[in-house]
Amino acid sequence: DIISTVEFNYTGDLLATGDKGGRVVIFQREQETKSRPLSRGEYNVYSTFQSHEPEFDYLKSLEIEEKINKIRWLPQQNAAHFLLSTNDKTIKLWKISERDKRAEGYNLKDEDGRLREPFRVTELRVPTLKPMDLMVEASPRRTFANAHTYHINSISVNSDYATYLSADDLRINLWHLEVTNRSFNIVDIKPANMEELTEVITAAEFHPHQCNTFVYSSSKGTIRLCDMRSSALCDQHSKFFEEPEDPSSRSFFSEIISSISDVKFSHSGRYMMTRDYLSVKVWDLNMENRPVETYQVHEYLRSKLCSLYENDCIFDKFECCWNGPDSTIMTGSYNNFFRTFERNTHRDTTLEASRESSKPRAILKPRKVCTTGKRKKDEITVDSLDFNKKILHTAWHPSENIIAVAATNNLYLFQEKVN
Amino acid sequence: LKRKCFDGEEDIEGTLAGIKAIPSYNLQRQSLLDMSLVKLQLCHMLVEPNLCRSVLIANTVRQIQEEMTQDGTWQMINTQSTGQASLDRLVSTDILCRSSRDQVEGKHVPGYGTFNKDFESDQAQDSSETMSTASSVQAPRNLQSNMWEMENPQENKGNFQKSLDQIFETLENKSPNSVEDLFSEVDNSYYDLDTMLTGMMSNTKMGHCDSLETFSSPTNTASNSNCKSDLNDLDHIVEILVES
Repeated sequence: DIISTVEFNYTGDLLATGDKGGRVVIFQREQETKSRPLSRGEYNVYSTFQSHEPEFDYLKSLEIEEKINKIRWLPQQNAAHFLLSTNDKTIKLWKISERDKRAEGYNLKDEDGRLREPFRVTELRVPTLKPMDLMVEASPRRTFANAHTYHINSISVNSDYATYLSADDLRINLWHLEVTNRSFNIVDIKPANMEELTEVITAAEFHPHQCNTFVYSSSKGTIRLCDMRSSALCDQHSKFFEEPEDPSSRSFFSEIISSISDVKFSHSGRYMMTRDYLSVKVWDLNMENRPVETYQVHEYLRSKLCSLYENDCIFDKFECCWNGPDSTIMTGSYNNFFRTFERNTHRDTTLEASRESSKPRAILKPRKVCTTGKRKKDEITVDSLDFNKKILHTAWHPSENIIAVAATNNLYLFQEKVN
Repeated sequence: LKRKCFDGEEDIEGTLAGIKAIPSYNLQRQSLLDMSLVKLQLCHMLVEPNLCRSVLIANTVRQIQEEMTQDGTWQMINTQSTGQASLDRLVSTDILCRSSRDQVEGKHVPGYGTFNKDFESDQAQDSSETMSTASSVQAPRNLQSNMWEMENPQENKGNFQKSLDQIFETLENKSPNSVEDLFSEVDNSYYDLDTMLTGMMSNTKMGHCDSLETFSSPTNTASNSNCKSDLNDLDHIVEILVES
């Protein structure tokens, strides 16, 4: 099925993917062993479970898709792993735990589980734990429902590890992980008259270190930073980030391509990155009037915006991510291309995630899109790009150079070649 | 947001034959408007429409509407009488992708004379300069463009605004508050396309009809079948309510 979200956990040992069918697949990194020295770095399936089912809202006569929009891991506090997964309306907390022992020697039931006849019980024995094949179980621990009228686009775990936020098109709610019957509304941009609606929330995230701070981005290309200490309802922002528009490059599509599809804080908490249709921008939280860095992802599409509007590609929501040290950023494009930008050297690379171009253990060859008239060998012209092959979801290991790239219904994992 | 003069295609030497091959800015803008309105209507499927996408499309529609109002070309039809009009409407609207800077710097190609008289009042200096030098060529085109203006542009604007509002209302009113709402809401949005198109079509000439029909026919059948399934759902719900 089509992968709709990809997320490493805090250590990078686990990688979760969610798909359009409501399934979550978790991969685990193989430990290095003497017998298989090359296996370190390989991720194999650890657990698969159905997180969300399709639902039908009878009042509105509408289907609620089971597609997983976002997965966010909780930091590990005991042997089990916890993650939040959400579809358009409901967030669920899942516990993933291992079972490698089994109790044997029950008094009241046989080994196969059938109840023993009472008269057959002639002696009492203490059940013993015997090892068994590793079994990974996923169980839903909490269901956070009925708090969103509109479609949830983001969830973000707070640095206090006790609360998290969920954002839909018009509202952001604050939850406590232990409380499912109540959530607090902290942002509400719904106008009194829906006909006046011109802007929606597109993404939201908590600051990685300051548990009172979060940001949310909008369809008009703005980012608002809010401080929950200032008021209960954070409709008034503390900071407002917007780059002034270049009046000479205005077209009918200016607003659409300025709509921010993803916002991510840097690990340091000093910067944040936003993705709009054609570019990625890095913002210094201390400077609101313009980004400090702008990277063009696929500027050659600017002259094709009309066609991209017609086939709806202009509404594709690309995500972006930082590497561990915040020195490189990555985002996806079309034709199964994804791009990395090194912030210090300003070097950018285009790579392709496809079976034909990547054999296991082979080094990826950089790709290039031909933007001038003359096509060089190995270059691809803009017209031959496949707009159905879009890389919307990418993730970077928190500390190593391992990246996960979702190409429609395939997951690719690439790692830096170690000599 | 002003449309300035246009970047001429490099291979056109300014011949009349060349001019007819390029869809005019008006046509392309109209095409974008038509496309946007259809996109908004087609949102109403079984799954709740993507609100962000709808808002962005609606904003685009408003932008076009504002510009057309300012240009004085607010009209629901474009009666360019060449037979190519209907095809042109649906071809690529590349000209709209170009920034206004590109358009100012480019060579002016005669044929987009509709904007002539409005440009005098424009704030931008460069465009009016380039326009005035070519104004002598524009004279015959100007006459034609004046004829194109609708008899009642205001009424069209009213129809259009009403449709936009209806679209947003139906997007919002998906959750009826009372039992009466439950029964009365047969999702009128499916009928909006019809009323909107008939409203448009009653003001159009032949060329526009042809092109719109290619839009309207597939969506009409789809919306009708969806209506039927919705009605069946409502019957089902009524049964449940009555039995309980």
